[in-house]
Amino acid sequence: MAQSTADVVAANDVVTDLVSDWSAEKEVFKVHWGKAMMWIFLLSDTFIFTSFLTGYMKVRISSTVPWPNSSEIFALSFGGDPIPLILIAIMTFVLITSSGTMALAVNYGYRKDRMKAAVLLLITAGFGLMFVGMQAFEWTKLIVDEGVRPWGNPFGAAQFGASFFMITGFHGLHVSGGVIYLTYVAVGVLNGRYEKKGYDIIEIAGLYWHFVDLVWVFIFAFFYLW
Amino acid sequence: MAHVALADKEQELAHPKTWIGMYVWSQDHKIIGIQYIITATAVGVIALILSGLMRLQLGYPGVFDFIQPDEYYQAVTMHGMIMIVFMLTAFFLGGFGNVLVPLMCGARDMAFPYMNMLSYWVYLLSVIVVCASFFVPEGPTGAGWTLYPPQAITEGTAGADWGIICMTVSLGLFVVAFTMGGLNYVTTAFQARTRGMTLMRMPLSVWGIIMATILGLLAFPALLVSVIMMTLDKTLETSFFMPAISSLGENLSHEGGSPILFQHLFWFFGHPEVYIVALPAFGIVSDLISTHARKNIFGYRMMVWAIVAIGGLSFIVWAHHMYVSGMNPYFGFFFATTTLIIAVPTAIKVYNWVLTLWRGNIHLTVPMLFAIGFIFTFIHGGITGLFLGNVVVDVPLSDTYFVVGHFHMVMGVSPFLVVFGGIYHWFPLLTGRMLNDTMGKIHFWVTFLGTYAIYLPMHYIGILGVPRRYYANGTTEFLPDSVQSANVSITIAALVVAAAQFLFLINIFWSIFKGRKSARNPWRATTLEWQTADYPPKHGNWGKELPVVYRWAYSYSVPGAKEDFIPQTETPSRYTKGEGDV
Repeated sequence: MAQSTADVVAANDVVTDLVSDWSAEKEVFKVHWGKAMMWIFLLSDTFIFTSFLTGYMKVRISSTVPWPNSSEIFALSFGGDPIPLILIAIMTFVLITSSGTMALAVNYGYRKDRMKAAVLLLITAGFGLMFVGMQAFEWTKLIVDEGVRPWGNPFGAAQFGASFFMITGFHGLHVSGGVIYLTYVAVGVLNGRYEKKGYDIIEIAGLYWHFVDLVWVFIFAFFYLW
Repeated sequence: MAHVALADKEQELAHPKTWIGMYVWSQDHKIIGIQYIITATAVGVIALILSGLMRLQLGYPGVFDFIQPDEYYQAVTMHGMIMIVFMLTAFFLGGFGNVLVPLMCGARDMAFPYMNMLSYWVYLLSVIVVCASFFVPEGPTGAGWTLYPPQAITEGTAGADWGIICMTVSLGLFVVAFTMGGLNYVTTAFQARTRGMTLMRMPLSVWGIIMATILGLLAFPALLVSVIMMTLDKTLETSFFMPAISSLGENLSHEGGSPILFQHLFWFFGHPEVYIVALPAFGIVSDLISTHARKNIFGYRMMVWAIVAIGGLSFIVWAHHMYVSGMNPYFGFFFATTTLIIAVPTAIKVYNWVLTLWRGNIHLTVPMLFAIGFIFTFIHGGITGLFLGNVVVDVPLSDTYFVVGHFHMVMGVSPFLVVFGGIYHWFPLLTGRMLNDTMGKIHFWVTFLGTYAIYLPMHYIGILGVPRRYYANGTTEFLPDSVQSANVSITIAALVVAAAQFLFLINIFWSIFKGRKSARNPWRATTLEWQTADYPPKHGNWGKELPVVYRWAYSYSVPGAKEDFIPQTETPSRYTKGEGDV
């Protein structure tokens, strides 16, 4: 009996806390305003990628021509038999690794270890550049060697090329933008631009970067693995 | 991580000394708001003139040589798109949102003033691109404001080469501009309120504006994606929306695309868009009614929750625009149900407005006239919405003038009446002068009565079966001659109402220079925007300290109080304990 009363009280506390947090004066979320703004932006951006992927799935299932086999198209051979999706696997690995270095940069930023934070930010941006570079290689291979075009390809449904270039292109633009953003923040960290304002900016940039990684996981699952 | 709330720290504001820095590349939210208002009004006048051209053709078919079918369709398209996106959305969120959100929340400026400035300039760019389409070869697109493929991008439709690309590019730019501005409005209202300003003490104007902004941030992505896909279909000959099709006797290279996909994406944006325009109007009209009836808003909490509920529901009703598109009928069943459910929170709002007026001390000022006019037109448009929400009633009425009458009543005229009411109400705040009352009352009565003269007959000819978007009706067996008489009368009414809008513009120009000087807080309102350090407020809004809020925004006619209103900033000690608080 005593136990259950405590549970009820605890549950009430949760509700009360939630209500008072949300209806408190000054601010709704007890975080830096820039972070709140970034979260809202990412929510909006989620809807963009959701619309892209939903549109892609719709044209894929309604296509009258068979869909090309992505594990064959995205295979690379290093002397021997072609290995399916190997390039995509490396790209994914690079991008996920960059999330790790990003998280470390946030940590060193809050410790005000400017040198380490800036170096880790630049490493993260470097991984991003590697990713975009491999993407450029992949696009070149598809366009030049295999003759895939936005309006058609030799393997099957024309929407394959259209969706591929549109979705990976839009994601690649996000990564490129992120590289510029991270470099800008890294230079600022080195200059001491954020000494007074605080180092929340690294975490905010990190939110964006992790989001771009997460979107890639969905593109990987829905475009390459399906 | 520990952090300091925006209200507790000194926000760095840019204080430029040059005229250009203060009034052109300005980061002050009030100046940006005025820039939005001027630009939106300018394109609104263009769209108004286009509607006049359409009415001339419909009232007097064949009389005016310069209106050919292509020009007619271009006028239809540009009128719709400009009014909905570039005028009303920009006016409510960019204009009222910018001016009111920081002032009503007690902030010095938006959370991110620089991005706020960028938002306006990108919006201006999008307006320039959409207006540029009037000057490209073959003129603007004539695909209808919904831009449905395949016809939007196939030969034979006016502006299928250049016009449609101008349109999609300008919409893409608009989404970028809106996102930059919208992030600011939401973040400011959430994170930058002053001491004592809780969410449940915010004026309903702010609630309406931020909820509409959230809808915009979640709905515009679908528009962005659909215009990107359509641009690719047009320029790179992809086939997202284009099925195998032959046009003008020639087989096009497209195949396998889905036109219905465009409709889903478009209406996933398009329906929330209705509420992006309506919710700020709901909020602002609540404040106008409460202030000018000297009575607290009836059921404040329910008004807030109704705004939130309408916002949520608006995302699951989009396919009621597509009952005749050939989608699965079970979809129609689902979407008809959700559509009718949305009438519940909407009805709560209407009842609460009426109950606020009930036994209030109603001052029939010009803003109040527009607010009451809004209740009439909104009820009217809302009830015809119930007809169209039902599949079986909608199917015969689809694409008739009944639909035109309905949506002009509910999301054309109603929000516009609130725009006018808001301008008459807040004009003194921005200029320190009052608008002329006589001209204001003429403007109201001509607009309000003229609205009914225009749109009531449209419902009637719609039920008779006159299809919309037709250049001319020609000779048919089922249309009586009275249809043409009705069209003539609608045209005359429309031209008179349009003339009244120019009277309104004259009133504004005249009053900026010659208007009666307004006293501080001329409407004796409680909200924060009238309690600024300077009047009219300068950059930074408040003096050394931010204001402190002690009560909600609706303490009107409180028993025992000295005056019939208690400002939100008045310290409680002067009055009995607990008065007027939520």
